[in-house]
Amino acid sequence: MEKRVTFKGWWLPLLLITPQMIVTIVFFFYPAGQAVWQSLFIADPFGLKSQFVGLGNFEYLLGDPYYRASFITTAIFSSLVTIVSMGVALYLALLADRLIKGAGTYRTLLIWPYAVAPAVAGVLWLFMFNTRVGVVSWYLGVLGYDWNYVLNEGEAMGLVVVASAWGRISYNFLFFLAGLQAIPKSLIEAAAIDGAGFWTRFRTIVFPLLSPTTFFLLVVNVVYAFFETFGVIHTITSGGPQQATTILVYKVYSDGFVGQDLGSSSAQSVILLIMVGILTIIQFKYIERKVHY
Amino acid sequence: MAQNSRSGMVENRGSSYWLTHVGLIIGILVIFFPIWVAFVASTVTQPEITSPPMPLWPGDRFFENYRDALVSGVNAPVARMLANSLVMALGIALGKIVISILSAFAISYFKFPGRRTFFWLIFLTLMLPVEVRIVPTYEVVAGFGMLNSYSGLIFPLIASATATFLFRQFFMTVPDELAEAARVDGARPMRFFWDILLPMSRTNIAALFVILFIYGWNQYLWPLLITTDPSMNTIVMGIKQMFPSGDDIADWPVIMATSILAMVPPVLVVIFMQKLFVRGLVDSEK
Repeated sequence: MEKRVTFKGWWLPLLLITPQMIVTIVFFFYPAGQAVWQSLFIADPFGLKSQFVGLGNFEYLLGDPYYRASFITTAIFSSLVTIVSMGVALYLALLADRLIKGAGTYRTLLIWPYAVAPAVAGVLWLFMFNTRVGVVSWYLGVLGYDWNYVLNEGEAMGLVVVASAWGRISYNFLFFLAGLQAIPKSLIEAAAIDGAGFWTRFRTIVFPLLSPTTFFLLVVNVVYAFFETFGVIHTITSGGPQQATTILVYKVYSDGFVGQDLGSSSAQSVILLIMVGILTIIQFKYIERKVHY
Repeated sequence: MAQNSRSGMVENRGSSYWLTHVGLIIGILVIFFPIWVAFVASTVTQPEITSPPMPLWPGDRFFENYRDALVSGVNAPVARMLANSLVMALGIALGKIVISILSAFAISYFKFPGRRTFFWLIFLTLMLPVEVRIVPTYEVVAGFGMLNSYSGLIFPLIASATATFLFRQFFMTVPDELAEAARVDGARPMRFFWDILLPMSRTNIAALFVILFIYGWNQYLWPLLITTDPSMNTIVMGIKQMFPSGDDIADWPVIMATSILAMVPPVLVVIFMQKLFVRGLVDSEK
Protein backbone atom coordinates (compact mmCIF):
# COMPACT_ATOMS: atom_id res chain seq x y z
CA MET A 1 0.00 0.00 0.00
CA GLU A 2 1.44 3.33 -1.04
CA LYS A 3 0.39 6.94 -0.80
CA ARG A 4 -0.08 8.53 -4.20
CA VAL A 5 0.81 11.96 -2.92
CA THR A 6 4.08 12.23 -1.04
CA PHE A 7 6.25 15.07 0.15
CA LYS A 8 9.72 15.67 -1.20
CA GLY A 9 12.94 15.57 0.72
CA TRP A 10 14.97 12.89 2.43
CA TRP A 11 16.44 14.45 5.57
CA LEU A 12 13.10 15.29 7.22
CA PRO A 13 11.73 11.71 7.08
CA LEU A 14 15.06 10.38 8.32
CA LEU A 15 14.91 12.84 11.19
CA LEU A 16 11.32 11.79 11.97
CA ILE A 17 12.17 8.12 12.02
CA THR A 18 15.35 8.56 14.07
CA PRO A 19 13.83 8.39 17.59
CA GLN A 20 12.13 5.07 16.86
CA MET A 21 15.26 3.72 15.17
CA ILE A 22 17.51 4.68 18.08
CA VAL A 23 15.24 2.96 20.60
CA THR A 24 14.79 -0.04 18.33
CA ILE A 25 18.49 -0.52 17.72
CA VAL A 26 19.71 0.17 21.25
CA PHE A 27 17.03 -1.78 23.14
CA PHE A 28 15.90 -4.37 20.60
CA PHE A 29 18.43 -5.31 17.94
CA TYR A 30 21.60 -4.87 19.94
CA PRO A 31 20.33 -6.97 22.90
CA ALA A 32 18.88 -9.59 20.55
CA GLY A 33 22.23 -9.74 18.76
CA GLN A 34 23.95 -10.03 22.14
CA ALA A 35 21.66 -12.91 23.06
CA VAL A 36 22.63 -14.73 19.87
CA TRP A 37 26.33 -13.96 20.47
CA GLN A 38 26.32 -14.96 24.14
CA SER A 39 24.50 -18.17 23.33
CA LEU A 40 27.69 -19.33 21.62
CA PHE A 41 29.86 -18.95 24.74
CA ILE A 42 30.22 -20.44 28.18
CA ALA A 43 31.30 -18.00 30.89
CA ASP A 44 33.36 -19.27 33.81
CA PRO A 45 31.60 -19.12 37.19
CA PHE A 46 33.28 -15.82 38.08
CA GLY A 47 32.31 -14.15 34.81
CA LEU A 48 35.95 -13.30 34.11
CA LYS A 49 36.40 -14.95 30.78
CA SER A 50 34.23 -16.86 28.41
CA GLN A 51 34.96 -19.68 26.05
CA PHE A 52 33.53 -20.15 22.57
CA VAL A 53 31.51 -23.35 22.39
CA GLY A 54 29.61 -22.91 19.12
CA LEU A 55 26.26 -24.60 19.41
CA GLY A 56 27.36 -26.34 22.61
CA ASN A 57 24.82 -24.49 24.74
CA PHE A 58 22.01 -25.56 22.43
CA GLU A 59 23.20 -29.16 22.38
CA TYR A 60 23.40 -29.15 26.14
CA LEU A 61 19.92 -27.61 26.45
CA LEU A 62 18.25 -30.06 24.13
CA GLY A 63 19.79 -32.92 26.08
CA ASP A 64 18.88 -31.37 29.43
CA PRO A 65 15.89 -33.18 30.99
CA TYR A 66 14.93 -30.03 32.92
CA TYR A 67 14.75 -27.98 29.74
CA ARG A 68 12.76 -30.62 27.95
CA ALA A 69 10.45 -30.84 30.95
CA SER A 70 10.01 -27.07 30.76
CA PHE A 71 8.92 -27.41 27.12
CA ILE A 72 6.28 -29.93 28.09
CA THR A 73 5.20 -27.79 31.05
CA THR A 74 4.83 -24.80 28.71
CA ALA A 75 2.80 -26.83 26.23
CA ILE A 76 0.44 -28.12 28.94
CA PHE A 77 0.19 -24.74 30.62
CA SER A 78 -0.55 -22.75 27.48
CA SER A 79 -3.06 -25.30 26.14
CA LEU A 80 -4.93 -25.28 29.44
CA VAL A 81 -4.90 -21.49 29.76
CA THR A 82 -6.15 -21.15 26.18
CA ILE A 83 -8.87 -23.79 26.56
CA VAL A 84 -10.12 -22.55 29.93
CA SER A 85 -10.16 -18.85 29.08
CA MET A 86 -11.66 -19.35 25.62
CA GLY A 87 -14.18 -21.94 26.83
CA VAL A 88 -15.55 -19.78 29.62
CA ALA A 89 -15.54 -16.70 27.39
CA LEU A 90 -17.40 -18.50 24.60
CA TYR A 91 -19.99 -19.80 27.08
CA LEU A 92 -20.61 -16.31 28.46
CA ALA A 93 -20.63 -14.75 25.00
CA LEU A 94 -23.21 -17.29 23.77
CA LEU A 95 -25.40 -16.39 26.73
CA ALA A 96 -24.98 -12.64 26.25
CA ASP A 97 -25.70 -12.97 22.54
CA ARG A 98 -29.12 -14.50 23.31
CA LEU A 99 -30.21 -11.32 25.00
CA ILE A 100 -32.05 -8.76 22.99
CA LYS A 101 -31.38 -6.10 25.57
CA GLY A 102 -28.69 -5.88 28.22
CA ALA A 103 -25.76 -7.46 26.37
CA GLY A 104 -23.98 -4.12 26.69
CA THR A 105 -24.38 -4.05 30.46
CA TYR A 106 -22.94 -7.52 30.79
CA ARG A 107 -20.09 -6.53 28.53
CA THR A 108 -19.23 -3.62 30.83
CA LEU A 109 -19.35 -5.96 33.82
CA LEU A 110 -17.16 -8.54 32.12
CA ILE A 111 -14.43 -6.54 30.40
CA TRP A 112 -12.74 -4.81 33.30
CA PRO A 113 -10.71 -7.82 34.57
CA TYR A 114 -8.66 -7.25 31.42
CA ALA A 115 -7.14 -4.30 33.24
CA VAL A 116 -5.94 -6.38 36.21
CA ALA A 117 -2.24 -7.13 35.78
CA PRO A 118 -1.30 -10.83 35.62
CA ALA A 119 0.94 -10.32 38.65
CA VAL A 120 -1.94 -8.80 40.65
CA ALA A 121 -4.23 -11.64 39.52
CA GLY A 122 -1.52 -13.97 40.81
CA VAL A 123 -1.60 -12.34 44.25
CA LEU A 124 -5.43 -12.52 44.40
CA TRP A 125 -5.49 -16.26 43.64
CA LEU A 126 -2.50 -16.91 45.84
CA PHE A 127 -4.40 -15.32 48.70
CA MET A 128 -7.58 -17.36 48.17
CA PHE A 129 -5.65 -20.61 47.89
CA ASN A 130 -2.94 -19.87 50.42
CA THR A 131 -2.30 -22.99 52.50
CA ARG A 132 -2.47 -21.10 55.82
CA VAL A 133 -5.02 -18.35 55.42
CA GLY A 134 -6.68 -18.97 52.05
CA VAL A 135 -10.46 -18.88 52.28
CA VAL A 136 -10.98 -21.41 49.48
CA SER A 137 -8.35 -23.81 50.83
CA TRP A 138 -10.01 -23.60 54.25
CA TYR A 139 -13.40 -24.56 52.86
CA LEU A 140 -11.79 -27.29 50.78
CA GLY A 141 -10.34 -28.55 54.06
CA VAL A 142 -13.82 -28.58 55.60
CA LEU A 143 -14.97 -30.69 52.67
CA GLY A 144 -12.14 -33.08 53.48
CA TYR A 145 -9.82 -32.10 50.66
CA ASP A 146 -6.27 -31.44 51.76
CA TRP A 147 -5.29 -28.64 49.38
CA ASN A 148 -1.58 -27.85 49.20
CA TYR A 149 -0.30 -26.31 45.98
CA VAL A 150 3.10 -25.76 47.62
CA LEU A 151 3.72 -29.50 47.59
CA ASN A 152 1.33 -30.88 45.00
CA GLU A 153 2.51 -30.33 41.42
CA GLY A 154 -0.90 -30.80 39.80
CA GLU A 155 -2.55 -28.36 42.17
CA ALA A 156 0.19 -25.79 41.54
CA MET A 157 -0.35 -26.11 37.79
CA GLY A 158 -4.12 -25.86 38.22
CA LEU A 159 -3.77 -22.71 40.28
CA VAL A 160 -1.46 -20.87 37.85
CA VAL A 161 -3.68 -21.94 34.93
CA VAL A 162 -6.84 -20.59 36.56
CA ALA A 163 -5.13 -17.37 37.67
CA SER A 164 -3.75 -16.83 34.15
CA ALA A 165 -7.01 -17.67 32.40
CA TRP A 166 -9.09 -15.50 34.73
CA GLY A 167 -7.96 -12.09 33.46
CA ARG A 168 -8.01 -13.33 29.90
CA ILE A 169 -11.72 -14.19 29.86
CA SER A 170 -12.66 -10.52 29.29
CA TYR A 171 -10.57 -10.21 26.19
CA ASN A 172 -11.87 -13.42 24.64
CA PHE A 173 -15.44 -12.56 25.63
CA LEU A 174 -15.20 -9.23 23.84
CA PHE A 175 -14.03 -10.79 20.59
CA PHE A 176 -16.40 -13.77 20.78
CA LEU A 177 -19.40 -11.53 21.43
CA ALA A 178 -18.46 -9.28 18.51
CA GLY A 179 -18.05 -12.36 16.32
CA LEU A 180 -21.42 -13.79 17.41
CA GLN A 181 -23.23 -10.52 16.88
CA ALA A 182 -21.86 -10.39 13.35
CA ILE A 183 -23.62 -13.65 12.46
CA PRO A 184 -26.90 -12.85 10.66
CA LYS A 185 -29.81 -13.69 12.96
CA SER A 186 -31.89 -14.77 9.97
CA LEU A 187 -29.60 -17.77 9.42
CA ILE A 188 -30.12 -18.98 12.96
CA GLU A 189 -33.86 -18.35 12.89
CA ALA A 190 -34.18 -20.23 9.60
CA ALA A 191 -32.37 -23.20 11.11
CA ALA A 192 -34.57 -23.01 14.22
CA ILE A 193 -37.71 -23.06 12.10
CA ASP A 194 -36.34 -26.14 10.34
CA GLY A 195 -36.24 -27.71 13.77
CA ALA A 196 -32.51 -27.54 14.45
CA GLY A 197 -31.89 -27.51 18.21
CA PHE A 198 -29.36 -25.30 19.94
CA TRP A 199 -26.49 -27.78 19.59
CA THR A 200 -27.15 -28.50 15.95
CA ARG A 201 -27.29 -24.79 15.20
CA PHE A 202 -24.10 -24.20 17.15
CA ARG A 203 -22.24 -27.04 15.40
CA THR A 204 -23.39 -26.35 11.85
CA ILE A 205 -23.81 -22.57 11.71
CA VAL A 206 -22.44 -20.63 14.64
CA PHE A 207 -19.14 -22.41 15.17
CA PRO A 208 -18.05 -22.45 11.50
CA LEU A 209 -18.91 -18.76 11.10
CA LEU A 210 -17.07 -18.00 14.30
CA SER A 211 -13.92 -19.85 13.22
CA PRO A 212 -11.91 -16.80 12.07
CA THR A 213 -12.42 -15.27 15.52
CA THR A 214 -11.62 -18.56 17.21
CA PHE A 215 -8.41 -19.03 15.24
CA PHE A 216 -7.30 -15.48 15.90
CA LEU A 217 -7.97 -15.89 19.62
CA LEU A 218 -6.12 -19.22 19.67
CA VAL A 219 -2.93 -17.59 18.41
CA VAL A 220 -3.25 -14.53 20.62
CA ASN A 221 -3.93 -16.61 23.73
CA VAL A 222 -1.01 -18.92 23.10
CA VAL A 223 1.26 -15.88 22.76
CA TYR A 224 -0.21 -14.53 26.00
CA ALA A 225 0.30 -17.82 27.85
CA PHE A 226 3.87 -18.09 26.61
CA PHE A 227 5.11 -14.61 27.43
CA GLU A 228 2.76 -12.56 29.55
CA THR A 229 2.05 -14.99 32.34
CA PHE A 230 5.46 -14.56 33.93
CA GLY A 231 3.88 -12.38 36.63
CA VAL A 232 1.40 -15.11 37.60
CA ILE A 233 4.07 -17.81 37.85
CA HIS A 234 6.50 -15.59 39.72
CA THR A 235 3.97 -14.43 42.31
CA ILE A 236 2.26 -17.77 42.96
CA THR A 237 4.73 -20.64 42.60
CA SER A 238 8.11 -19.21 41.51
CA GLY A 239 8.22 -22.13 39.09
CA GLY A 240 7.77 -24.80 41.76
CA PRO A 241 7.21 -27.29 43.19
CA GLN A 242 10.09 -29.23 41.60
CA GLN A 243 9.91 -26.97 38.53
CA ALA A 244 6.36 -28.20 37.86
CA THR A 245 5.30 -24.71 36.75
CA THR A 246 8.59 -23.53 35.22
CA ILE A 247 7.48 -22.36 31.79
CA LEU A 248 10.14 -21.39 29.22
CA VAL A 249 10.03 -17.66 29.92
CA TYR A 250 10.36 -18.32 33.63
CA LYS A 251 13.36 -20.55 33.00
CA VAL A 252 15.14 -17.83 30.97
CA TYR A 253 14.71 -15.57 33.98
CA SER A 254 15.65 -18.08 36.65
CA ASP A 255 18.70 -19.43 34.79
CA GLY A 256 19.87 -15.97 33.73
CA PHE A 257 19.22 -13.86 36.81
CA VAL A 258 18.97 -16.31 39.66
CA GLY A 259 21.34 -19.01 38.35
CA GLN A 260 23.65 -16.53 36.55
CA ASP A 261 24.14 -19.01 33.71
CA LEU A 262 24.35 -16.49 30.87
CA GLY A 263 25.26 -18.88 28.07
CA SER A 264 22.35 -21.19 28.73
CA SER A 265 19.91 -18.33 29.38
CA SER A 266 20.94 -16.67 26.09
CA ALA A 267 20.55 -19.92 24.18
CA GLN A 268 17.06 -20.22 25.67
CA SER A 269 16.35 -16.63 24.60
CA VAL A 270 17.35 -17.51 21.06
CA ILE A 271 15.04 -20.55 21.04
CA LEU A 272 12.19 -18.37 22.34
CA LEU A 273 13.01 -15.80 19.69
CA ILE A 274 12.55 -18.40 17.00
CA MET A 275 9.25 -19.46 18.54
CA VAL A 276 7.94 -15.87 18.69
CA GLY A 277 9.04 -15.51 15.09
CA ILE A 278 6.94 -18.50 14.04
CA LEU A 279 3.94 -17.30 16.04
CA THR A 280 4.25 -13.81 14.54
CA ILE A 281 4.36 -15.22 11.02
CA ILE A 282 1.25 -17.33 11.70
CA GLN A 283 -0.49 -14.24 13.05
CA PHE A 284 0.64 -12.18 10.07
CA LYS A 285 -0.48 -14.82 7.58
CA TYR A 286 -3.86 -14.79 9.27
CA ILE A 287 -4.09 -11.01 9.08
CA GLU A 288 -3.23 -11.14 5.38
CA ARG A 289 -5.99 -13.65 4.83
CA LYS A 290 -8.43 -11.50 6.73
CA VAL A 291 -7.55 -8.50 4.58
CA HIS A 292 -8.20 -10.43 1.35
CA TYR A 293 -11.33 -11.92 2.81
CA MET B 1 -53.83 -29.72 24.52
CA ALA B 2 -52.89 -27.06 22.00
CA GLN B 3 -53.53 -24.46 24.65
CA ASN B 4 -51.22 -26.32 26.97
CA SER B 5 -48.38 -26.68 24.55
CA ARG B 6 -48.52 -22.99 23.60
CA SER B 7 -48.43 -21.78 27.17
CA GLY B 8 -45.70 -24.34 27.72
CA MET B 9 -43.66 -22.79 24.97
CA VAL B 10 -44.08 -19.28 26.32
CA GLU B 11 -43.16 -20.46 29.76
CA ASN B 12 -40.20 -22.22 28.29
CA ARG B 13 -39.08 -19.10 26.50
CA GLY B 14 -39.52 -17.07 29.65
CA SER B 15 -37.58 -19.45 31.80
CA SER B 16 -34.77 -19.82 29.28
CA TYR B 17 -34.61 -16.02 29.16
CA TRP B 18 -34.17 -15.94 32.92
CA LEU B 19 -31.74 -18.84 32.79
CA THR B 20 -29.60 -16.78 30.41
CA HIS B 21 -29.48 -13.94 32.92
CA VAL B 22 -28.83 -16.34 35.78
CA GLY B 23 -25.99 -17.97 33.83
CA LEU B 24 -24.39 -14.62 33.10
CA ILE B 25 -24.81 -13.37 36.66
CA ILE B 26 -23.25 -16.53 38.07
CA GLY B 27 -20.35 -16.11 35.64
CA ILE B 28 -19.86 -12.51 36.72
CA LEU B 29 -20.04 -13.40 40.42
CA VAL B 30 -17.44 -16.15 40.01
CA ILE B 31 -15.16 -13.81 38.08
CA PHE B 32 -15.73 -11.07 40.63
CA PHE B 33 -15.11 -13.31 43.66
CA PRO B 34 -11.27 -12.99 43.88
CA ILE B 35 -11.58 -9.20 43.92
CA TRP B 36 -14.28 -9.33 46.57
CA VAL B 37 -12.11 -11.53 48.80
CA ALA B 38 -9.17 -9.16 48.33
CA PHE B 39 -11.34 -6.16 49.11
CA VAL B 40 -12.74 -7.77 52.26
CA ALA B 41 -9.22 -8.68 53.37
CA SER B 42 -8.19 -5.06 52.93
CA THR B 43 -10.87 -3.94 55.41
CA VAL B 44 -10.28 -6.34 58.31
CA THR B 45 -7.57 -6.90 60.90
CA GLN B 46 -4.61 -9.23 60.53
CA PRO B 47 -5.88 -11.71 63.20
CA GLU B 48 -9.22 -12.00 61.40
CA ILE B 49 -7.29 -13.29 58.38
CA THR B 50 -4.71 -15.44 60.12
CA SER B 51 -7.32 -17.40 62.06
CA PRO B 52 -9.28 -18.85 59.15
CA PRO B 53 -11.84 -18.79 57.85
CA MET B 54 -11.63 -15.08 57.18
CA PRO B 55 -14.93 -13.17 57.02
CA LEU B 56 -16.55 -12.64 53.65
CA TRP B 57 -18.12 -9.34 54.59
CA PRO B 58 -16.07 -6.09 54.83
CA GLY B 59 -14.83 -5.01 58.24
CA ASP B 60 -14.31 -1.53 59.64
CA ARG B 61 -10.57 -1.14 59.06
CA PHE B 62 -10.81 0.30 55.56
CA PHE B 63 -9.27 3.67 56.35
CA GLU B 64 -6.60 2.36 58.72
CA ASN B 65 -5.37 -0.32 56.29
CA TYR B 66 -5.31 1.90 53.24
CA ARG B 67 -3.62 4.68 55.22
CA ASP B 68 -1.01 2.22 56.49
CA ALA B 69 -0.37 1.01 52.96
CA LEU B 70 -0.22 4.43 51.34
CA VAL B 71 1.86 6.13 54.02
CA SER B 72 4.24 3.40 55.15
CA GLY B 73 3.66 0.22 53.15
CA VAL B 74 6.12 -2.59 53.82
CA ASN B 75 9.36 -1.68 52.02
CA ALA B 76 8.28 1.63 50.58
CA PRO B 77 5.14 3.78 50.90
CA VAL B 78 2.54 2.55 48.40
CA ALA B 79 1.82 6.18 47.47
CA ARG B 80 5.37 6.32 46.15
CA MET B 81 4.91 3.08 44.20
CA LEU B 82 1.67 4.44 42.71
CA ALA B 83 3.51 7.56 41.59
CA ASN B 84 6.26 5.42 40.02
CA SER B 85 3.67 3.36 38.16
CA LEU B 86 1.95 6.50 36.95
CA VAL B 87 5.20 7.95 35.61
CA MET B 88 6.07 4.65 33.94
CA ALA B 89 2.63 4.11 32.39
CA LEU B 90 2.36 7.70 31.13
CA GLY B 91 5.95 7.66 29.88
CA ILE B 92 5.46 4.43 27.96
CA ALA B 93 2.08 5.45 26.52
CA LEU B 94 3.12 8.96 25.47
CA GLY B 95 6.59 7.90 24.34
CA LYS B 96 5.25 5.12 22.15
CA ILE B 97 2.63 7.38 20.63
CA VAL B 98 5.09 10.18 19.86
CA ILE B 99 7.84 8.09 18.27
CA SER B 100 5.33 5.89 16.42
CA ILE B 101 3.27 8.68 14.92
CA LEU B 102 6.43 10.46 13.72
CA SER B 103 7.88 7.37 12.09
CA ALA B 104 4.51 6.38 10.61
CA PHE B 105 4.26 9.88 9.12
CA ALA B 106 7.73 9.51 7.61
CA ILE B 107 7.02 6.05 6.19
CA SER B 108 3.61 6.96 4.79
CA TYR B 109 4.16 10.43 3.39
CA PHE B 110 7.73 10.38 2.08
CA LYS B 111 9.72 8.34 -0.38
CA PHE B 112 13.24 8.26 0.95
CA PRO B 113 16.22 5.95 0.63
CA GLY B 114 16.01 2.96 2.94
CA ARG B 115 12.30 3.34 3.60
CA ARG B 116 11.53 -0.33 3.10
CA THR B 117 14.46 -1.35 5.28
CA PHE B 118 13.21 0.84 8.11
CA PHE B 119 9.75 -0.56 7.68
CA TRP B 120 11.03 -4.12 8.07
CA LEU B 121 13.28 -3.23 10.98
CA ILE B 122 10.24 -1.86 12.80
CA PHE B 123 8.22 -4.92 11.86
CA LEU B 124 10.88 -7.24 13.27
CA THR B 125 10.52 -5.70 16.74
CA LEU B 126 7.19 -7.54 16.93
CA MET B 127 9.27 -10.67 17.34
CA LEU B 128 11.38 -9.37 20.20
CA PRO B 129 9.24 -9.02 23.34
CA VAL B 130 11.24 -7.98 26.39
CA GLU B 131 10.74 -11.44 27.88
CA VAL B 132 13.01 -13.07 25.32
CA ARG B 133 15.89 -10.63 25.54
CA ILE B 134 15.91 -9.84 29.23
CA VAL B 135 19.54 -10.52 30.14
CA PRO B 136 21.20 -8.52 27.33
CA THR B 137 18.67 -5.68 27.61
CA TYR B 138 19.38 -5.54 31.32
CA GLU B 139 23.10 -5.27 30.54
CA VAL B 140 22.50 -2.41 28.09
CA VAL B 141 20.41 -0.51 30.63
CA ALA B 142 22.97 -1.16 33.36
CA GLY B 143 25.72 0.07 31.00
CA PHE B 144 23.89 3.39 30.58
CA GLY B 145 23.56 3.67 34.37
CA MET B 146 19.78 3.59 34.04
CA LEU B 147 19.03 0.98 36.73
CA ASN B 148 16.57 2.33 39.31
CA SER B 149 15.58 5.23 37.09
CA TYR B 150 12.44 6.26 35.24
CA SER B 151 14.28 6.35 31.93
CA GLY B 152 15.39 2.76 32.54
CA LEU B 153 11.79 1.77 33.21
CA ILE B 154 10.43 3.55 30.16
CA PHE B 155 12.84 3.55 27.20
CA PRO B 156 13.38 -0.18 26.67
CA LEU B 157 9.61 -0.67 26.38
CA ILE B 158 8.88 2.27 24.18
CA ALA B 159 9.50 1.02 20.63
CA SER B 160 6.31 -0.37 19.22
CA ALA B 161 5.67 -1.80 15.80
CA THR B 162 1.98 -2.14 16.63
CA ALA B 163 1.50 1.58 17.21
CA THR B 164 3.52 2.48 14.12
CA PHE B 165 1.46 0.17 11.92
CA LEU B 166 -1.76 1.43 13.44
CA PHE B 167 -0.93 5.03 12.57
CA ARG B 168 0.29 4.02 9.13
CA GLN B 169 -2.94 2.16 8.51
CA PHE B 170 -4.92 5.22 9.57
CA PHE B 171 -2.84 7.58 7.43
CA MET B 172 -3.60 5.36 4.42
CA THR B 173 -7.29 6.12 4.87
CA VAL B 174 -6.70 9.89 4.93
CA PRO B 175 -7.71 11.27 1.50
CA ASP B 176 -4.73 12.14 -0.67
CA GLU B 177 -6.45 15.38 -1.64
CA LEU B 178 -5.63 16.83 1.76
CA ALA B 179 -1.90 16.37 1.31
CA GLU B 180 -2.22 17.56 -2.28
CA ALA B 181 -3.99 20.73 -1.23
CA ALA B 182 -1.41 21.33 1.45
CA ARG B 183 1.34 20.91 -1.11
CA VAL B 184 -0.30 23.24 -3.60
CA ASP B 185 -0.68 25.83 -0.85
CA GLY B 186 3.04 25.52 -0.32
CA ALA B 187 2.57 24.18 3.20
CA ARG B 188 5.61 22.43 4.59
CA PRO B 189 5.21 18.75 5.56
CA MET B 190 5.33 19.51 9.29
CA ARG B 191 2.67 22.18 8.92
CA PHE B 192 0.45 19.55 7.26
CA PHE B 193 1.27 17.13 10.07
CA TRP B 194 0.40 19.60 12.85
CA ASP B 195 -2.60 21.31 11.30
CA ILE B 196 -4.32 18.44 9.51
CA LEU B 197 -2.99 14.98 10.28
CA LEU B 198 -2.62 15.29 14.05
CA PRO B 199 -6.14 16.70 14.67
CA MET B 200 -7.57 13.97 12.44
CA SER B 201 -5.75 11.28 14.45
CA ARG B 202 -7.23 12.41 17.78
CA THR B 203 -9.52 9.42 18.30
CA ASN B 204 -6.85 6.92 17.25
CA ILE B 205 -4.37 8.51 19.62
CA ALA B 206 -6.86 8.39 22.49
CA ALA B 207 -7.77 4.75 21.85
CA LEU B 208 -4.13 3.76 21.65
CA PHE B 209 -3.36 5.75 24.77
CA VAL B 210 -5.90 3.75 26.79
CA ILE B 211 -4.40 0.42 25.70
CA LEU B 212 -0.80 1.55 26.17
CA PHE B 213 -1.50 3.04 29.58
CA ILE B 214 -2.80 -0.32 30.80
CA TYR B 215 0.13 -2.11 29.14
CA GLY B 216 2.61 0.19 30.86
CA TRP B 217 0.89 0.10 34.24
CA ASN B 218 0.78 -3.71 34.27
CA GLN B 219 4.45 -4.34 33.45
CA TYR B 220 5.99 -6.80 35.87
CA LEU B 221 9.17 -8.53 34.71
CA TRP B 222 11.03 -5.44 33.56
CA PRO B 223 10.55 -3.35 36.75
CA LEU B 224 11.35 -6.48 38.75
CA LEU B 225 14.76 -6.67 37.09
CA ILE B 226 15.86 -3.07 37.09
CA THR B 227 14.39 -1.55 40.26
CA THR B 228 16.32 -2.96 43.18
CA ASP B 229 15.72 0.20 45.20
CA PRO B 230 12.28 -0.13 46.91
CA SER B 231 11.58 3.57 46.38
CA MET B 232 11.67 2.94 42.62
CA ASN B 233 9.37 -0.11 42.69
CA THR B 234 6.19 0.11 40.69
CA ILE B 235 3.05 -0.98 42.49
CA VAL B 236 2.37 -4.06 40.35
CA MET B 237 5.82 -5.52 40.96
CA GLY B 238 6.05 -4.13 44.50
CA ILE B 239 3.23 -6.31 45.88
CA LYS B 240 5.26 -9.51 45.65
CA GLN B 241 8.16 -7.74 47.38
CA MET B 242 5.89 -7.14 50.38
CA PHE B 243 5.79 -10.83 51.20
CA PRO B 244 8.35 -11.73 53.86
CA SER B 245 10.92 -14.35 53.04
CA GLY B 246 10.89 -17.51 55.11
CA ASP B 247 8.23 -18.35 57.65
CA ASP B 248 7.22 -14.87 58.76
CA ILE B 249 3.56 -14.06 58.36
CA ALA B 250 2.68 -11.65 55.59
CA ASP B 251 0.90 -8.41 56.47
CA TRP B 252 -2.22 -9.47 54.56
CA PRO B 253 -4.48 -6.44 55.09
CA VAL B 254 -1.80 -4.07 53.81
CA ILE B 255 -0.85 -6.37 50.94
CA MET B 256 -4.46 -6.77 49.87
CA ALA B 257 -5.08 -3.02 50.14
CA THR B 258 -2.06 -2.55 47.88
CA SER B 259 -3.44 -5.11 45.40
CA ILE B 260 -6.72 -3.22 45.24
CA LEU B 261 -4.87 0.07 44.78
CA ALA B 262 -2.80 -1.51 42.01
CA MET B 263 -5.85 -2.44 39.98
CA VAL B 264 -8.00 0.65 40.54
CA PRO B 265 -6.36 3.03 38.02
CA PRO B 266 -6.34 0.70 34.99
CA VAL B 267 -9.82 -0.67 35.82
CA LEU B 268 -11.22 2.87 36.03
CA VAL B 269 -9.62 3.65 32.69
CA VAL B 270 -11.32 0.61 31.13
CA ILE B 271 -14.72 1.35 32.63
CA PHE B 272 -14.85 5.07 31.95
CA MET B 273 -13.21 4.97 28.54
CA GLN B 274 -14.91 1.77 27.44
CA LYS B 275 -15.59 2.91 23.89
CA LEU B 276 -12.01 4.00 23.33
CA PHE B 277 -10.72 0.90 25.08
CA VAL B 278 -12.69 -1.51 22.89
CA ARG B 279 -11.70 0.41 19.81
CA GLY B 280 -8.04 0.43 20.80
CA LEU B 281 -8.14 -3.28 21.56
CA VAL B 282 -9.70 -4.18 18.25
CA ASP B 283 -7.48 -1.75 16.31
CA SER B 284 -4.24 -2.94 17.84
CA GLU B 285 -5.01 -6.55 16.95
CA LYS B 286 -5.83 -5.80 13.31
